[in-house]
Amino acid sequence: MENGMYTFTNKLRNFSIILMVVGFLGLVYGFITSPDTVAEAQAMVADAHHGEGHGTGHDGAATHDAHGETAHGEQHEAAAAHGENHGEDHHGEHLLHQLQNKPWAALYVAAFFFMMIALGTLAFYAINRAAQAGWSPALFRVMEGITGYLLPGALIVFVILALSGMHYNHLFIWMDPEVVAHDKLIQGKVGFLNVPGFLFRALIYIGGWTTYRYFSRKFSLAQDQANDISNHKKNFRISAGFLVFYIVTESMMSWDWVMSIDPHWFSTLFGWYVFASMFVSGITTIALITIYLKSKGYLEKVNDSHIHDLGKFMFGISIFWTYLWFSQFMLIWYSNIPEEVTYFITRIEDYNVPFFGMLVMNFIFPLLILMNSDYKRLNYFIVMAGIVILLGHYMDVFNMIMPSAVGDQWFIGVPEIGGFLFFFGLFIFVVFKEISKAPLHAAGDPLMGESERFHY
Amino acid sequence: MSSNQVIHALYDDDDTLLSAVKSIREKKHHIEEVYTPFPVHGLDKALGLADTRISIMAFIYGCIGFSVAVLMMNYIMIEDWPQNIGGKPSFSYLENMPAFVPIMFEMTVFFAAHLMVITFYLRSRLWPFKEAENPNPLTTDDKFLVEIELLDNEKELNALLKETGAIDITTIEKKSDHE
Repeated sequence: MENGMYTFTNKLRNFSIILMVVGFLGLVYGFITSPDTVAEAQAMVADAHHGEGHGTGHDGAATHDAHGETAHGEQHEAAAAHGENHGEDHHGEHLLHQLQNKPWAALYVAAFFFMMIALGTLAFYAINRAAQAGWSPALFRVMEGITGYLLPGALIVFVILALSGMHYNHLFIWMDPEVVAHDKLIQGKVGFLNVPGFLFRALIYIGGWTTYRYFSRKFSLAQDQANDISNHKKNFRISAGFLVFYIVTESMMSWDWVMSIDPHWFSTLFGWYVFASMFVSGITTIALITIYLKSKGYLEKVNDSHIHDLGKFMFGISIFWTYLWFSQFMLIWYSNIPEEVTYFITRIEDYNVPFFGMLVMNFIFPLLILMNSDYKRLNYFIVMAGIVILLGHYMDVFNMIMPSAVGDQWFIGVPEIGGFLFFFGLFIFVVFKEISKAPLHAAGDPLMGESERFHY
Repeated sequence: MSSNQVIHALYDDDDTLLSAVKSIREKKHHIEEVYTPFPVHGLDKALGLADTRISIMAFIYGCIGFSVAVLMMNYIMIEDWPQNIGGKPSFSYLENMPAFVPIMFEMTVFFAAHLMVITFYLRSRLWPFKEAENPNPLTTDDKFLVEIELLDNEKELNALLKETGAIDITTIEKKSDHE
C-alpha cells in the first residue's frame, strides 16, 4: 500500500480467472448443445416441455404442454418478420433459429451489460468533470478504472455484431436478405439498417468514446505531477465536448445495438431509457468498488458522505429509470397500436416473471431501501441495494434482447449464467488491473481539497 | 428564569457564526435563539438541535396522498361513472391502473409537499399577518444574530463574543409578557 497504489491481489486475480473459465465453459456448453437441424430443435422443445427441471423458468410453457403448432403460432406474432403465410416448414426453421440464437443472445446480453456499465461510468465521470464537481475527485481513479473496461468490452460487442453481420447467428433478422426480401417495413429502413453502415457507425461510437477516455485519463494522470491546472482545464473542455458526442451516439447505439433486434418496433425515448439503465448501473458499480477498496484499507480520503452521495444518485437514477420505463410503457399501452403494443404483449405473456421482477428489483426495492437518509451512509445497505440494482439491470437488458432473439424459448440456464460469469470475471480482471496502474488518490486535482473535506 | 437579560451578538458571515456558536456552546453558555437571513448549513448540528422528523411526516403524507388517489380514481372512473376511453372500458381498477399512475404520482407529491409546508409553518408558529419575532431587522438582510441568556457573567461573555468575531454586542432587557 506504499504511495497509495493499489495492488491487484493474486486472490482477486485468481477469482476473476476462475469466473472467466467457468463462464467460458458454460458458453461453450451452450453452443455445443444448440441444435443443428429443425428435427433436433423440435425434439429439444418436446423434451423440455415433458421434462421436469424446466418448470420454474418457463412461466408460459405450462400452458402449451400439448406443444401443438397452434400454440406456437400465437406466440410468434411478435416475430412477424417471416410474413403472414408461414407454413409448417417455416415454423420449424423459426424454432431452430431461436434455439440457435440462445447461446449467442446469452453471450450478447452479458457482453452488452458489462460494456454498458463502463459506458455509464464514463458518462458520469464526464459529467463530474464538466460540472467541475467538488465532491467527486476522490473517486476519479475508481471511475477511471471502471472505464478501462470500455475498450475491451466494446470491442467484444463489436465482434459479436460483426459475426452477426457475417450470418453466424440470427440475432438481427434485418441482416438476413431473405427476410428483407419479404418484408416491406424493413425494406423501407434499409438506408439505415444495412450491415456496412451498422458496423461503420459502431466503429465511430466506440472510437469516439475510447478516444475521449484515453485523453481524459492521460490529462488526469498528468495533473498529478503538474504545477498548474492546464491539464484540469483541458479535461474540462474535452469532457464537455464528449458529453455532446455521447448523448447523440449513445442514443444511436441503443437503436442500432438493441432496438434494431426488433426491426419493426420503435420507441422514441429508447435512447434515454437505455441511458438511464447504464447510468444507474455505472454509479452503482462505482459505489460497490469504492466500498470494496475502502474495506481493504485504500481510499482513506473517501468518507461516508461520498458514499451517501453515490447512494443518492443510485436512488434518484433508479426512479428516473422507472419514469422512463413507465413513460415508454404507458404511451404504448394506452394507444394500443398493434405494431407497437406487440412488444409489451410478448414480454408480459412470455417473460412475465423477468419483466415484472425487474420492476421490483429496479424500482420498488431501491425506493424503499435507499429512501432513508441514514441508510445511504451504511455500506451494508448500499452493497445490498447495489447488487439487486445490478442484477435488475442485467434483467432489463435481458428483457430488451431475449424476446426478439429467442422468443418464448428463453431460460436462465447454463449459457446465460455462463455468459454473465465470463464477463463478470473479465470485468473484474480488467478494472482492477487498471485501478492498480495509478495512485488511487488524484493528488493534483485542483478540486481535491474540497473533495477531501466534503461532508454532508 | 432567573434573568430577563439577554445578549445579542451580531455576525456578518455564516462561517464565523458557525464557529462562534460552537465555541459559545463549548463554554456552556445557553443560546436561546439564532436569527439568520437564510438557512445556514450545519447550524442545527452546531446548536445541538434534535434531528428533524419532517422526513418521516413526508413519507406518511405521501402514503396518504397515494391512498387518496387510488380511492379517488376508483370512485370516479370505476364505480361512479365508468367511461370507455380509447377502447379501454373501465371494468376494473387493476386493468386501468397504468392510466392512473400519473395521478397517483401527482397526488403523492401534492400531499407530501403541501402538508409538509403546513406542518413546518405550524411547528414554527407562523401564520399570515404574524408580527416578526426577529429583534434586529438586519437579520432579514445580511447579518446573523445570536441570542444568549445572560446570568451574572456579562464581562466574561462579552470577551468571549469579541473573540469569536462578533461585530456588535448589546445587552437587552427582555420585555416580559406582562408589561
